[in-house]
Amino acid sequence: MITLSINGKDHTVDVPPDMPILWALRDVVGLTGTKFGCGMALCGACTVHLDGQPIRSCVTPVAAAAGKKITTIEAIGETPAGKKVQQAWLALEVVQCGYCQSGQIMSASALLAKNAHPSDADIDGAMSGNICRCGTYPRIRAAIKHAGKGA
Amino acid sequence: MASHTVSRRDFVVVLTATGSGLLLGCRVGDRAGATTAAAATPPAFAPNAFIRIGSDGRVTLIMNQVEMGQGTYTSMPMLLAEELEVGLDQVQLEHAPPNDKLYANPFFGDQETGGSSSVRGFYEPLRRAGATARTMLVAAAAQTWDVDPASCRAKRGVVTHTPTGRTLPYGALAEKAAKLPVPDKVPLKDPKDFTLIGTAAKRLDTPDKVNGKAQYGIDVRLPGMKIATVAASPVLGGKVAGLDEAKAMAIPGVRQIVNLGDVVAVVADHMWAAKQGLAALAIRWDDGPNGSVSTADVLQGLDAASQQPGVVARTQGQVADALGGAAQKIDAVYQVPFLAHATMEPMNCTVHVQKDRCEVWTGSQTLTRAQGTAARVTGLPLEQVVVHNHLLGGGFGRRLEYDWVTQAVRIGQRVEGPVKVVWTREEDIQHEFYRPYYYDRMAAGLDARGTPVAWSHRVVGPAILARYLPPAFKNGIDSDGVDAAVQLLYDIPAIQVEFVRHEEPVLNTTFWRGVGPTHNAFVIESFMDELAAAAKADPVEYRRALLSKAPRARAVLDLAAKAAGWGQPLPAGRGRGVALLYSWWGSYLAEVAEVEVSKAGDLRVHRVVCAVDCGTVVNPDTVKAQIEGGVNFGISGALWGEITLKDGRVEQSNFHNYRVLRMNETPTIEVHLVRNLEAPGGLGEPGTSITGPALANAVFAATGKRIRKLPLVPALKA
Repeated sequence: MITLSINGKDHTVDVPPDMPILWALRDVVGLTGTKFGCGMALCGACTVHLDGQPIRSCVTPVAAAAGKKITTIEAIGETPAGKKVQQAWLALEVVQCGYCQSGQIMSASALLAKNAHPSDADIDGAMSGNICRCGTYPRIRAAIKHAGKGA
Repeated sequence: MASHTVSRRDFVVVLTATGSGLLLGCRVGDRAGATTAAAATPPAFAPNAFIRIGSDGRVTLIMNQVEMGQGTYTSMPMLLAEELEVGLDQVQLEHAPPNDKLYANPFFGDQETGGSSSVRGFYEPLRRAGATARTMLVAAAAQTWDVDPASCRAKRGVVTHTPTGRTLPYGALAEKAAKLPVPDKVPLKDPKDFTLIGTAAKRLDTPDKVNGKAQYGIDVRLPGMKIATVAASPVLGGKVAGLDEAKAMAIPGVRQIVNLGDVVAVVADHMWAAKQGLAALAIRWDDGPNGSVSTADVLQGLDAASQQPGVVARTQGQVADALGGAAQKIDAVYQVPFLAHATMEPMNCTVHVQKDRCEVWTGSQTLTRAQGTAARVTGLPLEQVVVHNHLLGGGFGRRLEYDWVTQAVRIGQRVEGPVKVVWTREEDIQHEFYRPYYYDRMAAGLDARGTPVAWSHRVVGPAILARYLPPAFKNGIDSDGVDAAVQLLYDIPAIQVEFVRHEEPVLNTTFWRGVGPTHNAFVIESFMDELAAAAKADPVEYRRALLSKAPRARAVLDLAAKAAGWGQPLPAGRGRGVALLYSWWGSYLAEVAEVEVSKAGDLRVHRVVCAVDCGTVVNPDTVKAQIEGGVNFGISGALWGEITLKDGRVEQSNFHNYRVLRMNETPTIEVHLVRNLEAPGGLGEPGTSITGPALANAVFAATGKRIRKLPLVPALKA
């Protein structure tokens, strides 16, 4: 048994310690906003925050989350940066199929939380681990800057 | 995908003859997901299969075309709402159930979302559906007040009697309207009176896509549901030779191993156990006859096939004579590789197979095919197969197939209770239906001034339509395989386009974001660039001189060239390339790409300018988004995209070796729209198709290297 703090709530789950956080979230706790894309930390669709840091939940075992706070897409709107990012995403119509956008928003929120006015290089650095097959990158970049303006 | 036109009259008859059998949509009210309606209220008024209005005033629009990012869950409601006279903010959306009679795509004859066809196919039928409903609601109000319907008008879901100012909302009129006869003919708005069509209306599917609420097929959760992951034979036609079931069953959480001979599923409490179980099985495969095939073998077969003439798909003038008499003759062979779609949401399907019922939850571009395969596998009649559609985490043509549904139902037949079958990324990349490998032979003749007098294009590849949509495979020609090639707009006196059918037994192939034009545009526009170079002419001017009979094409070419600063000097190592596109989609595009190639052969795309004339625009922001996304999809394919075979197996497995574009590699993209009231053209795929040749031509401009075989980056490094 392991207790995970997810979006401010404790969940005690009976899972092996090496189970990636992704599957604990999706298949055990039932939070499906965090997506499975590659299973190898290559695409970023599974990005969540661990104590505010963006991590790839598909390769991070639940054991690594003990005593730490997990934040997922379902609650990121309750943080100031996350809320701004979601609003910017809607204002600039970033989304197409939307499957990768949970991860994009989690990466962007983490970036904006520590850097309210990121440069293009900062955006490249923070966002290049998140793949979008619909190719919404130009709007993601613009939306991050838009969210920064509102800071 | 190319045309198979069902007569518009047949379609409208279907739309208007549905009577009371319209409550089909109601059955899906139990679905999770905020873009689907709760549908607690019984519908009072459902004059056709697309609209349902409750006595509480709730307006539900039933979405026949599926949403995979292309914005159809906004453009289709815009068409309906414009004529129904409701605001987009007043409507709820609901996925349509599978039903070819009610929801057939007029181009294909079945319920299909693909081929950049939704707006083109439904531009008139959905407006008519909205206008019919509004006419009946207005008639119901006029009857209530005993006034002339012409003295009433509808707006935002309310009918007003103009002379007296009396009003009645649609909800109050629904029951009365339902008793009225459905009118045969209703007038449609003059486009100049549109208030919604043509505006950058906000997408209806996005709010739930930024907060984790959107439900894709992979997000389905049912009571008692198990989760399975699978390994199908890595070689097409191979069989399981052995596996270690005991080791897999020893993994905590693994419940069952389903060995179907060609595929093995591990059924577990969660994906983690299923994945570990699959690894523990250590499956040994008997590869069968395809176990030694490599890409070189495929290429050899294509090359041999290309030596023979094909079926003539277009001919004008005397090509052989014109080639023989030309001052200069140019020959070239072009090749494009197998490609995976690599949708962000891996293939997945949830099924619950019971004795007298089969339920399927998935995201599909062809719901009736998904239903059909489930019925065939289970032996159940169609009525006992329920398919719940979901948002698609990418389609690109991959979800026009239904192999993963077939597989999930076969597994589900052997599992007690519901089971969600989820493919790993590796399984997904290695068991695709791929974009075919195409092999094209080109020949052209130029006169003494360098003007083309003959153009010969031989396309060699499979006939996807022969398998997928047999009625559209006519006279031995795959109209999709030669799409864009037969519509060549350049004014050349002798033109011949041939199709050589060459099926590939070692890999499954299918549509891939504009499969025919995507390959043909690369071939045509690269070769046209070769001709311009041979004539020592500017690539834009050379094309322009051949477009005197195609004013819309010439206009987008001029627009793109001007916006891109064509002809202005660039730093060393950089080059601009141009491409033009016209095809069955009916849209005209011109694109200028600007690239930089380093001495080491590294390729960077700096800027892409695309001019688009797609006729009537429903939502200009969606058009721009589709071009931006299409360009980026095209860059991935053109720079790195390549699926290769060794020992019968696909060599690529995940995003580390099937590389796709990332944020730091994305160019500036500018989209310039030409606005007019011509018939709407398709937009989902053209941005991808036109990008490959623009990039290849830019590489030529930057380096002098003509790359005739995609992808570009390995060719530059070679």
